[in-house]
Amino acid sequence: MNLSSFIDVFHSWPSLLNGLAMTVMLTLVSSFLGVVLGTLCAWGSLRGPKALRWFIRGYVEFFRNTPFLGQIFFIFFGLPALGVKLDPVTAALVALTINLTAYACEIIRAGIEATPAGQFEAASSLGLKPAQAFFLVILPPAFQRVWPAMTSQLVIILLASALCSQISVAELSYEANMIASRTFRNFEAYIVVTVIYLGLAVLFREMLTWVGRRFVYGEFATVGQR
Amino acid sequence: MSNLAPSAALAPALPVSASSGAAIELVGVNKWYGEFHVLKDINLRVHRGERIVICGPSGSGKSTMIRCINRLEEHQQGSIIVDGIELTNDLKRIDEIRREVGMCFQHFNLFPHLTILENLTLAPIWVRKMPKKDADELAMHFLRKVKIPEQANKYPGQLSGGQQQRVAIARALCMKPKIMLFDEPTSALDPEMVKEVLETMVSLAEEGMTMLCVTHEMGFARQVANRVIFMDAGQIIEMNEPEAFFSNPQHERTKLFLSQILGH
Amino acid sequence: MNDFTTWDVFRNLLAAVPWTIYLSLIAFAGGAVVSLLLLSLRFAFPRVAGTPVRLYVQLFQGTPLLMQLFLVYFGLALMGVQTTPLFAASLCLSVYSSAYLTETWYGCVLAVPKGQWEASSSLGLKHWQQMLLIVLPQALRLSVPPTVGLMVQIVKNTSLASIVGFVELTRASQIIANATFEPFLAYGAVAFIYFVICFSISLCGRHLEKRIRI
Repeated sequence: MNLSSFIDVFHSWPSLLNGLAMTVMLTLVSSFLGVVLGTLCAWGSLRGPKALRWFIRGYVEFFRNTPFLGQIFFIFFGLPALGVKLDPVTAALVALTINLTAYACEIIRAGIEATPAGQFEAASSLGLKPAQAFFLVILPPAFQRVWPAMTSQLVIILLASALCSQISVAELSYEANMIASRTFRNFEAYIVVTVIYLGLAVLFREMLTWVGRRFVYGEFATVGQR
Repeated sequence: MSNLAPSAALAPALPVSASSGAAIELVGVNKWYGEFHVLKDINLRVHRGERIVICGPSGSGKSTMIRCINRLEEHQQGSIIVDGIELTNDLKRIDEIRREVGMCFQHFNLFPHLTILENLTLAPIWVRKMPKKDADELAMHFLRKVKIPEQANKYPGQLSGGQQQRVAIARALCMKPKIMLFDEPTSALDPEMVKEVLETMVSLAEEGMTMLCVTHEMGFARQVANRVIFMDAGQIIEMNEPEAFFSNPQHERTKLFLSQILGH
Repeated sequence: MNDFTTWDVFRNLLAAVPWTIYLSLIAFAGGAVVSLLLLSLRFAFPRVAGTPVRLYVQLFQGTPLLMQLFLVYFGLALMGVQTTPLFAASLCLSVYSSAYLTETWYGCVLAVPKGQWEASSSLGLKHWQQMLLIVLPQALRLSVPPTVGLMVQIVKNTSLASIVGFVELTRASQIIANATFEPFLAYGAVAFIYFVICFSISLCGRHLEKRIRI
C-alpha cells in the first residue's frame, strides 16, 4: 500500500459524494423523526392510558434488546410476507427511526423522571392542562438534562446507518464496498470512507452541541449543563 | 495588617499552655482562583491549645483558608507553617502535616462503602501501620467518646446526619491529631441535630485540643473560643476575644454581619 | 417446497446461540482487559497518557463498527496475516468494546464525589491508597448498571460478525431464510432469541444493582 493506491479510490469521488449525501439524508431524517416520536412515546409511557404505557414499554424494551442489523433485515426481507413491501431507502429510514425512537423515548423519560414532581404540581396549580404542563413546563428542562445523552445516541444512529448497506441502500459504506470490488483496493477504500465517517461524526456532534445551545438550553440554562 | 481593625492589633488573651510556640502560623498568605483573589494577605498565629472560631459571609474565604492549612487547596504566596513544618510542594511534608491535622467537613464525607468501624480504622491501619486489633480498640474508644459505640457495624447511610458528623469527628481523632479543623460542621444538619455535634466539639475543646472552626454557631463561639475571627472578601477584618467581639465589634462590616445572624 | 416447521427454524437457530455467546464473551473479556490497561495508564500518567487515550476512545466511538470490521479483516490480509472470520471479529469487537468500556469506567471513577478524595487526603492516605481503598470500590458499584448496558450492546454488536461470514445467530438466520423462503419467520425468530438473551442480561443487571445498593 502506498499513496498511489489511494488515487484509484479518489477517482471514484462522485460515487463517494452520492454515498455521503445518502448517509447525511438518512441520519438527519431519522434523527428528526426519532426525537419527535421518542418525545411522544415518553409522554405516552408516563401519562398515557395503561394499555398504551404497556405497549410503549414493550416496544422500547424489544427494540433496545435486539440488534439493529436484525431489525433492518426483518423490515426489509421479513415484512413483505405480510404484504408490506418497502424499497431499500424507505426500509432503512423506517428501521433507523423505529430504533432511534426506542432509545430517544428512554432517554427523555429518564430526563422527565429526574424533574422534581413539584414542577408538575406548580404548573397544575396555575391552571395549566396536563398536556400544556408537559410540553411547556416539564419537557424543556428534561431536554436540557438529557441533551448530552441524546447527542451521543444521535451520533450512534449516524454510525449505525452504515448497516443500511446490507440491504443495498447506496450510502457511504455501500459505495466503499462498490469501490473496493471495482478497484481491488479494499483496505484503501475502507480507510478513506472511515475517515469520512469520523469527520461526519465530529461535525454532527458539533452541530448538535450548537443546536443544544441555540434551541435546547435557551436563556434558562440552569440545569443539565455542566 | 493595615486592613485590620484596631482591636485586632491588641495582643489577644492566650491560654496558659501556649508558651511552647505556634501550632499554626500563616504569614502573608495570598490565593487566587484564576482572576479571583480569594485570600488577601492573611496573617494568623494560632497557639497550641488555642480555639479559634472563624465566621463571615459565604464566599469570604474562610473555608478556603482552613483548607489551605492541610493542603486541600494550594496557596500561591506567603507561608503556612503547621507544627513547625512549612507547607511546600514536598509531598512527604504534606503527608506529615496531614497526619497531625484532623479535619471535619460540612457534608461529613464518610466512606459509604465501609462500616463505621472500618471508616475509623482505615487511616490508623494504612497510614499509622497499626495492627488491626489495636486499631479496632482505638476506634471503639473514640466511638464511645462520641457516644455511638452501638453503631460500629452499620454503614454511614444508615445513620442520621448528627450521628454521621460525630463519626467523622471520631474518625479524625483516631489519627491522634494535634490540631483539628472544622469546616462548617453543623450547617448541613437539621436543627435538632446541631446540639449533639456541638456538645462533642465542646468536650474536645475542654481536653485542650487546638481547634480552628468555621461556624456560625455563635453560642459555641462564646462558650469555647479564645478568639473569634471575622472574614470578608478574603481578608481578616476583625479578630478579638469573644466577649469583646460580640459586645463591642469595631468594624462596620462586622456589626452588619452580626446583626444579620444574631438579630431576629 | 416448504418442509421446514417453525420448530426446525428455532432448532437450527438455537444451534448458533453458543457462537453468539462465545463471541460476546471474548469481546467483553478482551475489551475489559484493554480498557483496564488504558485506564491504568490514564490514571498513572494523566499528563502523558490522557490525550492518546481520549483520542483512542473518540476514534473508535466516531467510526462505524462495520468499517472497523472491514479494515481489520482486509488490513490483516494486507499484512499477510492468515486470518479467520472468528479471529477478525473477536479482535475488532474487543477493540470496539474497549473504547466504550474505557469511557464508561473513567466516568465512574470521576463520579465518585470530590469529598471522598478530600476526606481521605485529610487522613493522610497516599494517592494509591485513596484510589484502591476509597475510590475504586465506590466506582465499581457505580459501574454496574452502565456495564450491564454495554454487555447488551456487545451481544447485539456480534451480529456484525455475520457480514464477514462468521456463522452466529444472524448469519444462521440469513441461511435459514434463504433455504426456507420464510424470511418473516427466520428473522422474527432470531429477533426473539436475541431479545431473550439481552433482556435476561438486563434483568440480571437490575437484580445485581438492587443487591449492591447500600
